[in-house]
Amino acid sequence: MTVNIRIPRTVWDLPREDYFVGGHNLCAGCTAGTIVRNLLKVAGPNTIVVNATGCLEVSTSLFPFTSWKVPWIHIAFENAAAVASGVEAAIKVLKEKGKIDPNKKINIIAIGGDGGTFDIGLQALSGMLERGHNVLYVVYDNEAYMNTGIQRSGATPYKAWTTTTPVGTIMRGEWRDKKDIIGIALAHKVPYIATANPAFLLDMDKKFAKALQIDGPSLIHVLMACTTGWRFDPKLGIKISKLAVETAVWVNLEYNYGKLEVTTPVPKRKHVREYLKLQGRYSHLTEEEINDIQERINRKVEEINRAVGKEVIGPLA
Amino acid sequence: MKSRESLPSWYELPIGGISRPNITPESKAGWRFEKPVIDNEKCIRCRLCFLYCPDAAIVESDEKYTTKTGKTYNVSYKINYYFCKGCGICAEECPVKAITMVPEV
Repeated sequence: MTVNIRIPRTVWDLPREDYFVGGHNLCAGCTAGTIVRNLLKVAGPNTIVVNATGCLEVSTSLFPFTSWKVPWIHIAFENAAAVASGVEAAIKVLKEKGKIDPNKKINIIAIGGDGGTFDIGLQALSGMLERGHNVLYVVYDNEAYMNTGIQRSGATPYKAWTTTTPVGTIMRGEWRDKKDIIGIALAHKVPYIATANPAFLLDMDKKFAKALQIDGPSLIHVLMACTTGWRFDPKLGIKISKLAVETAVWVNLEYNYGKLEVTTPVPKRKHVREYLKLQGRYSHLTEEEINDIQERINRKVEEINRAVGKEVIGPLA
Repeated sequence: MKSRESLPSWYELPIGGISRPNITPESKAGWRFEKPVIDNEKCIRCRLCFLYCPDAAIVESDEKYTTKTGKTYNVSYKINYYFCKGCGICAEECPVKAITMVPEV
């Protein structure tokens, strides 16, 4: 059976069947469930998932239960991309030997958290991208090591509180900027790189489909609002993800063979205060610090507008 | 969870600790404070709650439904209270506010 990935045009193009079922132990309101459900709806049943250690892994595979209806393997933090490369190479050999129908399309997806990608698994990811394996790597980024108790990671944004960047009179949360994983992947000349957001479902699903269609490595960086670590009400997960785009804290973009496109343009962006005030991890911020963050976002927006060549993200409303 | 007596012994476990597929029978109903209730009259069948739900607790079916104003829909949405954790994302994101959170008990 060959299943061709089609790009969904409306929400009704997505199948009804779930390959990631309910009953898992993710926190109430954790948007990782939304992301993975949609990813597997797009990918379909002919998929092999390679899952690095993280929230998603520990909460969906409590022995003897599993939430996955597709073949799934758990490996350590650092080698999700390496194992996915091995799986892809093994399938290539089996197809050459005639053990598997050579026309059968098998999607190989590696899923890692921000800790397993930005910090610990960066070397394996770099190797995978450089060798050109046909693997889709999905980073779900909750901006700290949430599973082990909210320690900072390379993805923690400026001024955010975590247990290892505490707030006091001298330390005011994280004092370094977020690592630019898209820039790192771009330096590998990867055919498809994108950032996505579960609040913009169809945009996210289109990107998953495009990445699976492309023959070669691809990386999708997805923002995942974490109700436990970011300190907000569980019902606000999608709303905060949406605000991240509306305030330009997060930009939904894609690099298709190096060509940059912003997929959700924002004509008038909101002040970053709207995004920060909903989250407990930013509750210590003073007016000066909020203006400092706004200043950094203004600079980032300018950079993106310059790279695209026109004003895709508008001025402050 | 099963009681201690009914847990499998080492020789009954599958090799490599491979779980049997398609089973997550643990109910998450005990996690809830409030439960979502769908008003079928207000619902416009936009499918957003079904796709946003992190727990796959909203079930889509081909059941036909005719509202009091005479509009017929070919799909229906129901909530699977066995898996729903009561996070409230569906009620928050519903564009017509057809889902309300009702306190448990």
